[in-house]
Amino acid sequence: MKVKQISIFLENKSGRLADVTETLGSAEINIRALSIADTSDFGILRLIVDQPDKALAILKEEGFTVNETEVVAVGVDDTPGGLAKALAVLKEEEINIEYMYAFIGRASGDALVVFRVQEIERANQVLKERDFNLLSAEEVYEL
Amino acid sequence: MIWNQKYESMDRQNLEELQVKRLQETINRLIENVPFYQQKLSALDVQAEDIKSISDLSKLPFTTKEDLRDNYPYGLFATPLKEIVRIHSSSGTTGQPTVVGYTQDDIEIWTELMARTMSCGGVSKGDIVQNAFGYGLFTGGLGIHYGAEKVGASVIPISGGNTKRQIRLMEDFGSTALMCTPSYALYIAEVAAEMGFDIKNSKLEYGIFGAEPWSDNMRREIEELLGITAIDIYGLSEIIGPGVASECEVQDGLHIFEDHFIPEIIDPETGENLGYGTKGELVFTTITKTGLPILRYRTKDISVLHQEKCSCGRTSVRMERISGRVDDMLIIRGVNVFPSQIESILLDISETKPHYQLVVEREDSLDQLEVQVEISEAIFSDEVRRLESLERKIHGEIESVLGISVNVKLVEPHTIPRSEGKAQRVVDKREL
Ligand SMILES: [Zn+2]
Repeated sequence: MKVKQISIFLENKSGRLADVTETLGSAEINIRALSIADTSDFGILRLIVDQPDKALAILKEEGFTVNETEVVAVGVDDTPGGLAKALAVLKEEEINIEYMYAFIGRASGDALVVFRVQEIERANQVLKERDFNLLSAEEVYEL
Repeated sequence: MIWNQKYESMDRQNLEELQVKRLQETINRLIENVPFYQQKLSALDVQAEDIKSISDLSKLPFTTKEDLRDNYPYGLFATPLKEIVRIHSSSGTTGQPTVVGYTQDDIEIWTELMARTMSCGGVSKGDIVQNAFGYGLFTGGLGIHYGAEKVGASVIPISGGNTKRQIRLMEDFGSTALMCTPSYALYIAEVAAEMGFDIKNSKLEYGIFGAEPWSDNMRREIEELLGITAIDIYGLSEIIGPGVASECEVQDGLHIFEDHFIPEIIDPETGENLGYGTKGELVFTTITKTGLPILRYRTKDISVLHQEKCSCGRTSVRMERISGRVDDMLIIRGVNVFPSQIESILLDISETKPHYQLVVEREDSLDQLEVQVEISEAIFSDEVRRLESLERKIHGEIESVLGISVNVKLVEPHTIPRSEGKAQRVVDKREL
């Protein structure tokens, strides 16, 4: 299933992350998952939120540089080796993972992981074929 | 078409002999009539006979805009005022205005040079020239006017402004050539579209544009929107006005009318002549003017001179389109850096012109240049490696063009201060 992810460009200066979370908080948007990738001078904040379209509009209005991409959200066994199984499938299918991160919440005992891949349709398909628990956008936003 | 085959296609040796002869006459005229030059030349112990070849030009003193201001209004005129038949003046937007005077001979030379410019742009007898350069103290309007009449074109002296009327007249009178600033040409295209006048398929065929900096992309846009061939012209009132140099139909640099003006490119810091093919400050010496002859006038415009022969048949040296002003120049580790160079690199990479700022600092007695580029949605990506590769690309391009290594930093939008619509491009934090 495809889930909307919002990415935000942040300069590495104090308070910018708080600015984003405050902006979203005051619009009553809930963050479901979050990751930050950073270099020495900038960072990219990636978010899964419950109302992605609204979040995108509000952040743009506040002058942030944002974009929206689609990611795969998949539930993996919350046991040792659970994540490794999903990664093995993608490796076997030669689907390149740009990056991945874990969810804060969980769904029916599974740990949730977000994969950013170029071939999103195929990633969905191969994981589904192997009976991984793929979450729909609605399920993710409502966690 | 070449207006003056003899002078525009002269072989280099004959041209240089002519230049030296005319330069000597100019020096004698100045020593005799202008105390300012008389003193400068005698301090340097230079006389006309010391100029034996063009390379001796570097023995002569420079003239700056300040010199003209200091001698306001008539102090540098080389003829009695009664010989002056025309007086123009530059706008005093950046200080005291400067005044230039023309003798009857000067007006004839100017007319000849503007006729050459018209021919460069394809304009000839039978054309209907809509001259939207301003008439008045500014040299653009009258300069164009005389040249267009000289080639036998019908001139509409409409001057600038009143754009709707410009477009109505263009349609009713069947203008075949438009002359104005490039930005005004774009504005005319915009208003014409609003008015429902199909300017692209009108009789308009040629455009001669100048008096402000523009880019090749802008030229293509103008040519596309107006359905014309557009050429760039260059001039400045201190030298003569428009008519110093003009592009030909080849559109690859502007031919300098060297039988009247000797061009040089110098290092703006040291004054050293940089020769052909190197970017630097453009300097002109007038060698035929009698009202206000000027030695080595520092234009503060940045260009490059090329000596290779043009396929149009003209033999004169060509100057590249002006790429910036000396006042904007930075010296980083001994290398001259113009913000315009960095701007064009960024434009090539991102396709839309980003906001940027150059920050110079000195760390351990070494200059560091940081290029801050505002991120935009067009270049933003959720993947770190893409943004890092963008930074590396900017770094690599700047290094290959300027020969210096800079720090590239992507910054958030609207973080680079803007003032009065014009962004501050350079922040120099060095304490020298
Ligand atoms: Zn040519």
